[in-house]
Amino acid sequence: YINIYSGHTNNWAVLVCTSRFWFNYRHVANTLSVYRSVKRLGIPDSHIVLMLADDMACNHRNPKPATVFSHKNMELNVYGDDVEVDYRGYEVTVENFLRILTGRLPPSTPRSKRLLSDDRSNILIYLTGHGGNGFLKFQDSEEISNVELADAFEQMWQKRRYNELLFIIDTCQGASMYERFYSPNLMALASSQVGEDSLSHQPDLAIGVHLMDRYTFYLLEFLEDIHPASKTNMNDLFKVCPKSQCVSTPGHRTDLFLRDPGSVLITDFFGSVRKVELTMETINLTDPIEQLESGELQKEMHTYADQLPVSEIIHQKPKQKDWHPPDGFILGLWTLILLVFFQTYGVKHLKHIF
Amino acid sequence: MATTEVERRRGQLAALSIAAVVIIVGVPLWWRTTETYRAWLPVSQIKELAKLQLHLSADVEVVFARGTVTPEQQKKVPLTQTQNMEHRVDEDTALSYRYETRYRTATIMEEDALNQPTAAEADLSLHTLSESPSGSLVVYVIPESSSLLPQNVDVYIGQRRTALLRIGSQMRVGKTLEQLLAHMEPRIKQVLHVMSFSHTDITAALSNRVRISPGNKESIADSMRAFKSSPGYEITFSLLNPDPKSHRLHWDIEGAVETYIQPLLTKLSPVANFSIDSQTLYYAMLGVNPRFDSSRSTYTLNADSLAHVINPVEARLGSNAASSNPVLNFLLYIPDAHHSPLYIHDHKKQQVPTNAFHSPRWGGIMIIRQCWVYNVNEFYEVDTVFPVDINIDMAKVMGVFLAQLRLLLGVQSSTPPPGFLVAPCGNAGLADWELDRLMWSRSVENIATATTTITSLAQLLDQIGNIVINDNIAQQVSSAVTSLQLAVSELEAGNLGFALQYSKEAILSSERAFFDPSLLHLLYFPDDQKFAIYIPLFLPMCVPILLSLLKIVSEARQKHREKKPKKD
Repeated sequence: YINIYSGHTNNWAVLVCTSRFWFNYRHVANTLSVYRSVKRLGIPDSHIVLMLADDMACNHRNPKPATVFSHKNMELNVYGDDVEVDYRGYEVTVENFLRILTGRLPPSTPRSKRLLSDDRSNILIYLTGHGGNGFLKFQDSEEISNVELADAFEQMWQKRRYNELLFIIDTCQGASMYERFYSPNLMALASSQVGEDSLSHQPDLAIGVHLMDRYTFYLLEFLEDIHPASKTNMNDLFKVCPKSQCVSTPGHRTDLFLRDPGSVLITDFFGSVRKVELTMETINLTDPIEQLESGELQKEMHTYADQLPVSEIIHQKPKQKDWHPPDGFILGLWTLILLVFFQTYGVKHLKHIF
Repeated sequence: MATTEVERRRGQLAALSIAAVVIIVGVPLWWRTTETYRAWLPVSQIKELAKLQLHLSADVEVVFARGTVTPEQQKKVPLTQTQNMEHRVDEDTALSYRYETRYRTATIMEEDALNQPTAAEADLSLHTLSESPSGSLVVYVIPESSSLLPQNVDVYIGQRRTALLRIGSQMRVGKTLEQLLAHMEPRIKQVLHVMSFSHTDITAALSNRVRISPGNKESIADSMRAFKSSPGYEITFSLLNPDPKSHRLHWDIEGAVETYIQPLLTKLSPVANFSIDSQTLYYAMLGVNPRFDSSRSTYTLNADSLAHVINPVEARLGSNAASSNPVLNFLLYIPDAHHSPLYIHDHKKQQVPTNAFHSPRWGGIMIIRQCWVYNVNEFYEVDTVFPVDINIDMAKVMGVFLAQLRLLLGVQSSTPPPGFLVAPCGNAGLADWELDRLMWSRSVENIATATTTITSLAQLLDQIGNIVINDNIAQQVSSAVTSLQLAVSELEAGNLGFALQYSKEAILSSERAFFDPSLLHLLYFPDDQKFAIYIPLFLPMCVPILLSLLKIVSEARQKHREKKPKKD
C-alpha cells in the first residue's frame, strides 16, 4: 500500500512576489492566491517560504485596510488572518532568494526562513513580477538573470536538495527564464513567450488597481477544482489559459523531466499527500517505569535553549569591510594627470597633444 | 630654439614617466585590489576522492562445538580463510568486500554455555564469556542432536553478535574439512548478509552518489522510509486531546522516555545525537471523519483515509526553531467521547493490532486502544462525571513508538531467509548486530555524501571564477579531505567505530564548507557590464597618455628619417 509514483515524501513551496509599490497590487494578490491554494491542498506553513513586499494590506492607499482581494467586487480576501510571510519588505532580494535555494544562509537564520528540503522533496517555485528577456526584476532595484537561476538549480541538484521541481513564472517574456535550465527533473511553466507581454486580468474600480494577472487567475480557477485526493495530471495544467483567454501564449518545458507529464499528479506539487504505511510490529517492553527524582527535573524544565551566547551579541566587533580607495581618488588622479600635462605643455600648446 | 627643445624634451619625459607610472604602479595596483581572494584548495586530492574505492571488511569467527567435527577434521582446525568480492557500481565507484574467517573449536566454558536449555539463555551465557568488538561476528556451529533450536530452524541470531548454526549430521562423517566448510559456506554467507553488510544495503547507502534505477516496490519503499544520515535528530512526542471536556489525560512521558526510549538512543549515540521533547495539544482533531461499524460497535478509520490525517495536524506541531535537524514526530491520539473506541482497519477490513501507522521520513501516529488505558469503561455510563481521568499505559504505547522509531531510523532489516530465527531485540530496542549494520551503512552513506559534496564544491569553485574562497572554507575543505581519507582507511582496516566517527567529521566539514554563506558573494557579471564600469574610469586617463606616446614615436621616426638622408 504505498503510492510510489513519484518517489517523494514531502512537499515544499517557494512563492516569491518580486514587486513592491501600490500599482503592483496584482503581483501580491497572485502570490497570495497561490499561497492559499497550496495551503488548502495540504502543504503546511512550515514547508512554505513566502516572500512578499507585503506593502499592500497596510498601504495608506488601500481603501479596505488589512485586505488583499483577488476578485473584483471584493469577493475573496486572500490576506486573511493566518498568512505567514517569511521574507517581507526589503528582505525580498535576489541574494536572499538565491541563498534560500542553495541553502547558504547564515547560521542564525530561523527554521521558518529556510528551505530544508532533501532528496525526496518535491518543490514548487512560483515567481511573479516584472520581467524581461532573460531577467526578472526584484523590487525595482536589481534583477536576477536566467543564468543565475539555472546555476542555482544546478547547485540544488548537486546537493540533492530536490526530487522534482516545478517552476511557474508569471511575468512578461516569462519563457526566457527557463530557457537556460540544465539540471534534471525540472518542469517549467511560463505565462508568456519571449517577446510577449503577460497581461493583467481585471481592475477593480473601488480599489483602483488591477487585481490579478490573467495567467494566475485561470491557474487558480483550475486549482479550485483540485482537492487532495484528485487525480488530475500535468497535461491539464499545460492547457490552462489558452491564447484566447490569456492573450499571451503560455509555454512549458518538460524535456528535463524524467517522468511523463501525463503521469504527474497536480497534487504531487501543489498539495502534500503523505505516503502512509501501517505499523505491523510492536516491541514488547516489560520493565516498569523508573521513578525519577522530581527535583532534578524541575531544574531542567525552566531553561531556554541557547540561541546565541549573550557575550557574543554584546561584544560583537564591527565587521571588517574590504578596503576601498577613497571616493575622490579616481577624480583626483585624473585631475593630477591633466594638471601635469597643462603644466608641461601650457594651455596654448594643447594642440600639440591632440 | 634651445628652450623649445628643452621644453619638448621635458614634455616627452613627462609623458613617458606618466606612462611608466601608470603601467608599473597603476596596473598592478588595480589588479591586486580587484582580484578575488581565493585560498588554495587541495584539488588533486579531491580529484582522487572522486574515484571512490571502498573496502569493507568483517571478521568472522566460526566455532565448532563438540560433536560437529570428527577428530581428523579437528586436526586441521584452527584455520583462517579470507574471501574477497569486488563489485563495480559505476565508473567512479567500486566496492570490495573482505571476509576474514577464523575457524576454531569451542572451549570448555563455551561448551557449558551451549548446554543451556534454550537458545536465548545460551546466547546470554556466551555473551558473558567474551565480547566481540564492533563489526565482528561469532558463529557457533552446533550438532544436529542439539535441542537448542526448534525443528524447522537452522540458524538462531542472538541479541548481540553471535549466531547459532546447526549442521546436518550426514555431512560430517567421512568428509574432509574442506568439504565440510564448502557445505557450510552458503549458510554462513546468509548469516553474514543478515548480520553484517550486504550488497543491497551498501548500494542503497550510496544512493546520493549513484543514481540507482528503482527496483521493485518494496525496495523503493525501503529506500524512502528511513531518514537520511544526519548528525542529529529531534524527536517529539505529542499527545493529542480533542476533547478536554470529557477526558483528562495523564501520561508519564518523562519516565517512559527515560525507561524505554533513552536506552535505544544511548546505544545509537555513535551514530547521531538525539534531542527529545514532548507536548500536549488540546482540541487537535484528526481531520478525517471515522465511520461507525455497527457489527463491532466501534468507530473505524479506513487505511485509505490515513494519508489525509497528517496535514491538518502538522500545522499545529511546533519544532525547535534553533536547529535544522530532521524532526521525527510521534503522535498519540485519544479519540473524543463521541467517537470512542476508534480502530484502524487495513484493506482487508481487519483491525490493525497496533492501531498505528507511520509516514516515511516524518514519524508515526497511534490511536489509543481501550485496553491500554486504565480507568475507562468501554461505554460511558449515563451518570459519568466528566471530565474522566485517564491513565495511559506507557509501556504498550512506547512499544509501538519504539518499533516505528526503529523503522524510521533505518534499523529494521528485511525479512530473514527461511530457517532463520531472529531473537527479539531486547530492552534496549536494538541488537548489537543491528547497530553494526546501521554503522556500516551510515559510514558508507556519509563517505559517499561527503565525497559528492566536496567534488561538486571544487567543480563549482572552478567554474565560477568570481567566487571568493576564504581561508576558513579552504580549511574546512582540507579537514574534510583528511577525514575522508582516514575514514576510508579505517573502513578498510575494519575499525567500524573509528570509520563512522571520521565519516561524521567529514560530513560536518564538507557541509560547512559547501553551505558557507560567503560563497555567494560575487555572482554573475556579464562582460558588457564590466566594460561599462571600467571605460569611464580609465579611458579619459589613457587617451592623453596614448596620444602623447604616439606623438613621441612619430617624432622619433621623423627624426630618424631626417637623419638618414643626412647620412646618405
